[in-house]
Amino acid sequence: MKKRTIVPIVYILFLMLPIYWLVAMSFKTTNEILSGFSLFPQTFTLDNYKTIFTDPSWYWGYINSIAYVSINTVISIAVALPAAYAFSRYRFLGDKQLFFWLLTNRMAPAAVFALPFFQLYSAVELFDTYLAVALAHCLFNIPLSVWILEGFMGGIPKELDETAYVDGYSFPRFFATIFIPSIKAGVGVAAFFCFMFSWVELLLAKTLTAVAAKPIAATMTKTASSAGYELGLLAAAGTLTIIPGAIVIYFVRNYIAKGFAMGRV
Amino acid sequence: MKTENQKAWFFVLPVLILVAFNALIPMMTVVNYSVQETFGDNVFFWQGLDWFQQILRSDRFHAALGRQFMFTFLILIIEIPLGIAIALSMPRKGFWVPVCLVLMALPMLIPWNVVGAMWNIFTLPDIGLLGYFLNHVLGINYDMTQDPVAAWVTIVTMDVWHWTSLVVLLAYAGLVSIPDAYYQAAKIDGASNWSVFRFIQLPKMKTVLTIAILLRFMDSFNIYTEPFVLTGGGPGNSTTLLSIDLVKIALGQFDLGPAAAMSLIYFAITLLVSWLFYTVMTKDDQT
Repeated sequence: MKKRTIVPIVYILFLMLPIYWLVAMSFKTTNEILSGFSLFPQTFTLDNYKTIFTDPSWYWGYINSIAYVSINTVISIAVALPAAYAFSRYRFLGDKQLFFWLLTNRMAPAAVFALPFFQLYSAVELFDTYLAVALAHCLFNIPLSVWILEGFMGGIPKELDETAYVDGYSFPRFFATIFIPSIKAGVGVAAFFCFMFSWVELLLAKTLTAVAAKPIAATMTKTASSAGYELGLLAAAGTLTIIPGAIVIYFVRNYIAKGFAMGRV
Repeated sequence: MKTENQKAWFFVLPVLILVAFNALIPMMTVVNYSVQETFGDNVFFWQGLDWFQQILRSDRFHAALGRQFMFTFLILIIEIPLGIAIALSMPRKGFWVPVCLVLMALPMLIPWNVVGAMWNIFTLPDIGLLGYFLNHVLGINYDMTQDPVAAWVTIVTMDVWHWTSLVVLLAYAGLVSIPDAYYQAAKIDGASNWSVFRFIQLPKMKTVLTIAILLRFMDSFNIYTEPFVLTGGGPGNSTTLLSIDLVKIALGQFDLGPAAAMSLIYFAITLLVSWLFYTVMTKDDQT
């Protein structure tokens, strides 16, 4: 029994090593990084973080990223809830085909869409806005949300709907005050996945923005190429992008595994 | 039982409009480009299926496709068994479960280009932790900007680091849903660990593993950002996977026609293989 616990420990160590290195780098001065190898920061410095928090072109990157990720999550969940309800409760013309078609969009290579997306969002004059990135990410997040939510709704007995109807609840009131609270774990998991995809995706986000809505991740690629080897700064920016994910995952830790299992293929 | 109700379409309508706006219009743009030639200024000439023939016959496409299949094959053959093994050895309840889950899920929440940058810093020959260890402690000559084998080992290791946790989480979700009574029955029958795995755990994990294989296939087949940031497709073309090549043609050379034709072929392959996987994996359920 005890021998088995070695495996997860070794695996987690393997996962933490590159992250440790990134964090360690972020506390080193450029001089120390370039002068040679050191396992721990010798001249501990917070300058890299100070640069990021005082330079608008850096910290606006974070604000932009968080803005379009939030908008995307809200839109995705808001439209996916009624759709998932329809798929889980009713049969209607073309329901299976529609469900499958939605999922095929999850399979589309983002690289295929980069250029047409640029043209589409330029044509509707949304280029370089939060809304453009948020809407573009909907292509991948809505199908996933519908899929996850439908799985959770399938676990709620239909009697709940009928009882509420008999008790004289109108549909919107039933949906908002009884149904959604009873699948709030599912909403949490779906929101988590929307957040996750929108936060980590870069190709589309970068293609659809120039200055005003540029994501933090794109700011990093620019710095890496233009400012030469400012590794410490890059590492500090990278470290800061891990934090929102870590916070979000902490909140849904008890539901992640369940969220996967309840979806159906 | 589900009731027949055509009005349910109204519930689906917002999703339909949003996804159609994002999927159909760009898709039509791609189809348009794929059958036309342009010299700029928005003047187009009908080209028929020439681009498709050109792409399907080009050595460059074959090479990129070959590398892509190789990459995806390696990813699946490593990540799926490894993920199952780790899930099997994880504790089922107690204080350590959420700790394990949070730590394991962490790599999946890091922006993809940060993953690339992080592995770049990690593997720098003289100042990266792994690069230094390999070069100066073990004495292996390791430099992925020079050596294609090292570059391949690095991008595969990076993907294993990034995505094995997805398989672990899925397999784990399947495992915890097995009632204790199954294990007790197996114990009474004197079943070996292997038979418990083969006849109880594996069948119970089948659905989640199907999802795991499908997701890992789709995502590794469409991968772009991480290897691009890490190796830029090099050294030479040795790690130029399909998406990297596609972006090079579309945005680098601005050859819209061939890029569009390639996009459609690419998407068709992804759909076809996903469908084949799905049909094979769920075949037993229908009989």
